[in-house]
Amino acid sequence: MASVDVRNVVKVYRRQTEELRVLDGLTLAIPDGSFVALMGPSGSGKTTLLNLIGGVDQPTSGDLEVDGTNIARMNGAALARWRSRSIGYVFQLYNLIPVLTAQENVELPLLLVRMSAAERRKRAQTALGLVGLGDRLKHYPRQLSGGQEQRVAIARAIVSDPKVLLADEPTGDLDRKSAEEVLTLLERLNREFKKTIVMVTHDPHAAERATKQYHLDKGVLSN
Amino acid sequence: MAIPFVYNLRSVTNRPVSTATTAIGIGLTVSIFIGALALAAGFRASLVTTGSPDNAIVLRKGADSEISSGVTLDQVNILKADPAVAVGPDGRPRASAEMVIVVNKERLGQKGSSNVLLRGVDVAAADLRGGITLVAGRMFTPGTDEVIVAKRIAGRFANCNVGDRLRFEQRDFTVVGQFTAKGSAFESEIWGDAAVLMPALHREGYFQTFVFRMKDPSNFDRIKKALETDPRLQVQVQHERSFYAQQSEAFTVLITVIGTFITAIMAVGAVFGAANTMYATIGARTREIAMLSVLGFGSFSIFVAFVVESVIVAVIGGVVGCVLALPMNGITSSTTNFQSFSEMAFQFRITPQILLIGIAFAAVLGLVGGFFPALQASQQKLTRSLRA
Amino acid sequence: MLKLVVVNLFRNPLRTFLTMASVAVALFLFCALGGILDTLQEAIKVGSESRLVTRNKISLVQWLPMAYQQRIAAVPGVKRVAVQQWFGGQDPADTKGFFAQFAVDDTWYGIYGKDFELAEASPAESPGAIPDGADPRLAAYFQEQTACVVGQKLMLKKGWKLGQTITLAGTIFPGSWPFTIRAVYHAKKKSFGDETLFFHYKYLNEKGLGGFGAVGTYVLELNDPSQASAITHAIDSQFENAAPATLTETEQAFQAGFVSMYGNIPFVLRVIGLAIVFSILLIAANTMMTSIRERTSEVGVLKTLGFTDGAVFGMVVTEAAVITLGGGLLGALGAKLLVSGASMPGGFFPPMSVYWGTVLTGIAIAVAIGAVSGLVPAVQASRLRIVDALRRVE
Repeated sequence: MASVDVRNVVKVYRRQTEELRVLDGLTLAIPDGSFVALMGPSGSGKTTLLNLIGGVDQPTSGDLEVDGTNIARMNGAALARWRSRSIGYVFQLYNLIPVLTAQENVELPLLLVRMSAAERRKRAQTALGLVGLGDRLKHYPRQLSGGQEQRVAIARAIVSDPKVLLADEPTGDLDRKSAEEVLTLLERLNREFKKTIVMVTHDPHAAERATKQYHLDKGVLSN
Repeated sequence: MAIPFVYNLRSVTNRPVSTATTAIGIGLTVSIFIGALALAAGFRASLVTTGSPDNAIVLRKGADSEISSGVTLDQVNILKADPAVAVGPDGRPRASAEMVIVVNKERLGQKGSSNVLLRGVDVAAADLRGGITLVAGRMFTPGTDEVIVAKRIAGRFANCNVGDRLRFEQRDFTVVGQFTAKGSAFESEIWGDAAVLMPALHREGYFQTFVFRMKDPSNFDRIKKALETDPRLQVQVQHERSFYAQQSEAFTVLITVIGTFITAIMAVGAVFGAANTMYATIGARTREIAMLSVLGFGSFSIFVAFVVESVIVAVIGGVVGCVLALPMNGITSSTTNFQSFSEMAFQFRITPQILLIGIAFAAVLGLVGGFFPALQASQQKLTRSLRA
Repeated sequence: MLKLVVVNLFRNPLRTFLTMASVAVALFLFCALGGILDTLQEAIKVGSESRLVTRNKISLVQWLPMAYQQRIAAVPGVKRVAVQQWFGGQDPADTKGFFAQFAVDDTWYGIYGKDFELAEASPAESPGAIPDGADPRLAAYFQEQTACVVGQKLMLKKGWKLGQTITLAGTIFPGSWPFTIRAVYHAKKKSFGDETLFFHYKYLNEKGLGGFGAVGTYVLELNDPSQASAITHAIDSQFENAAPATLTETEQAFQAGFVSMYGNIPFVLRVIGLAIVFSILLIAANTMMTSIRERTSEVGVLKTLGFTDGAVFGMVVTEAAVITLGGGLLGALGAKLLVSGASMPGGFFPPMSVYWGTVLTGIAIAVAIGAVSGLVPAVQASRLRIVDALRRVE
């Protein structure tokens, strides 16, 4: 498992002549095996922070270590490689490729690693079994409910055994019941499998399930 | 590190209407391309197979076709006696002095008239020129006003059936047979005895062509030089095969140029269409592409994937184009070969090779059309496309 | 409302450009092919109604005797009879560069004099007799047996100069043929063509025919064009049982004969034209549908603002028509500009024309296609309920 170490990170967006300081010297330490919720109003920078941790974006200045690797200065290609091995990402909407089956979607990250086709299939099936969808391997996303889609997304996020699981409003588009399923699953991944999870959310119910909550407002952190 | 092929393949089938319209657009371009190639191939084929590799053809120096050539009786006699000419088992030289003119005849079923080639031959010609096969009736009897008509043109002009009478210059000639000639140029001609036709058409003593079988074909260059430098003759000598092949050159080039012009322009349109489609689908799949990128697929993989997708659609179009073009195969058409000033009938010839070229062409269109959209997809800014 | 249409077009300029460009390309081709058909038509129009052409009944390749000239001229209603003989020579330096040459007699200038005007002419060394109907500036030409008159465009193409002696290689009439350029003409009637060379029939007869006096075609001018068919019959029946027999036809029919030699090429061109039109339809339709689908929520918003279903329908159709109109104008006018005046392959034809009729037809087709291809998405958009539109998130 991993720890996430954010040190004095600054993220500035430039829009034509305007400068937008989304994060201004943010420091945050997320210990190994924790389940953290990031909350805050729209535009507070929580998604930006998540993206930085996930190597999807890069800080303007500052350091970012995930499990000992400083990703703040990695270049695009190296970052892509690192992502495929170290991060699992779950989004609010449209995680899955519509023309691929559940199993094929889950196998996707494994294509980036040296592995035989048989091995890939096995791992995908295991992951799907873990999220309770072992009987839906050949279903296409349009044949699944919202909650089921998210669970497939989670299966995909864990199939390569990443160090950190990042979730951006994973329950935002789901009804109460499906949201429950997803959150229970995340809890289990954290408790049983000791996965470090960082979840951005609006939903206080969702945030309650985390072991630690942070509030982000205008790029400033508070507990 | 490659994005699975099924992703692109299924994405193509997932948008059937868009794929179909782009494919048909590319398909039409490919059909026309294949049509032009088939036309040129058919035309060339009929002339390239004309004649025998062991024959030499003699024309007047400076003439660029049989019609514009002239060889006198005296010159013919000198040529017939030349040692280069092979002699048959009956002691006669294996040669044919021929009158070649065109006769203007009204077309059946189509407006206008055409210049049909009428060839007055020596009785040895059928054997000498090889490949002449009577498919109806019989060979004309030398010394009579009998003629034979090539089957391929028989249906297109009046009075070309066995038993019919053709009128040239106040004299009636009877059609006694119809022939094929292995798809060569002779299949657009009418043949008769030179000795009878020439006086009838006021061409006594004035032939156009002299064809002979070389006793020693490997000696061609020497034979050519000897005859061309003979002061009594003023002639040019060529391989019979090359002469006829070269007669098709101008027309083949013309078709190729026009065909290329039309195809090139349609190709530009098709490429724009393909690019447009790809931009549209990539625009609609911004999230998917972002997802692939987040998972760790590099920009090169994404680029290749979308180029491949464009090529898939294009190849489908190519196959459609081949199917649309196939009915053309074997259709007989005819036009005037302005070089020989006579009507040439030929068939569209679609070979497997041409079909493959068509599909390869389609793939290239897909590649070119998909290039910039794929590039755009691969350069997509991650953070912006992930924003909810 | 038009403003909204314009704004929508600029929303995705790349797509608008690509669609317009595809339409332009397709229409360019449509008009260029139409131009070939138009040129074939034009070629038939070369003929004036008061001119006839007489040739050997068997084919153009056979001769008519010189003696026929007097006998044809004697037929009542015939004003003048001139000799016109195809030469078929080649420029030895450029054997593939085809151009026409005719050997003509003096009377010929009286018949065709009005179809061209002289751009340049060598001054005559001494005053001499000019045949009836010929431009007096041709004096130098008439005084020199090996003189020739050349079309302006041909002069430019070959880089020849007035007064220059050029040599052609004969194919039908073998040997080397020197000609001295004594005049340059410019065609007054477009179909006459600016790329021909005319010289004295006397020269051809002496050097190429041994004085034999064989003629390929006679051109006749009539006193009264309405008498054409009567005179045609009179001439041909005179020689019906002679050897050789003649075939007389109007100049138009004679030209049409050449055009018909192309066989069913016009048919093929029309088929290709159709294929092109069809593919334009597909492209435009596809683009419209894709772009409307993307803007579903906006359509919803427009409706909540009070735009009627009919208004939305009209907007979509208009947008489609504007794109295709833009492309259509570009392509059709481009074809007219670039193709007109070019030389048509085959050499027997006047320079290419693209009739305004073809251009307008092309544009009309483009606009119609645009409107039609906008129909499906327009209907969809107008029928869309606001609720559905706003709910759909892409």
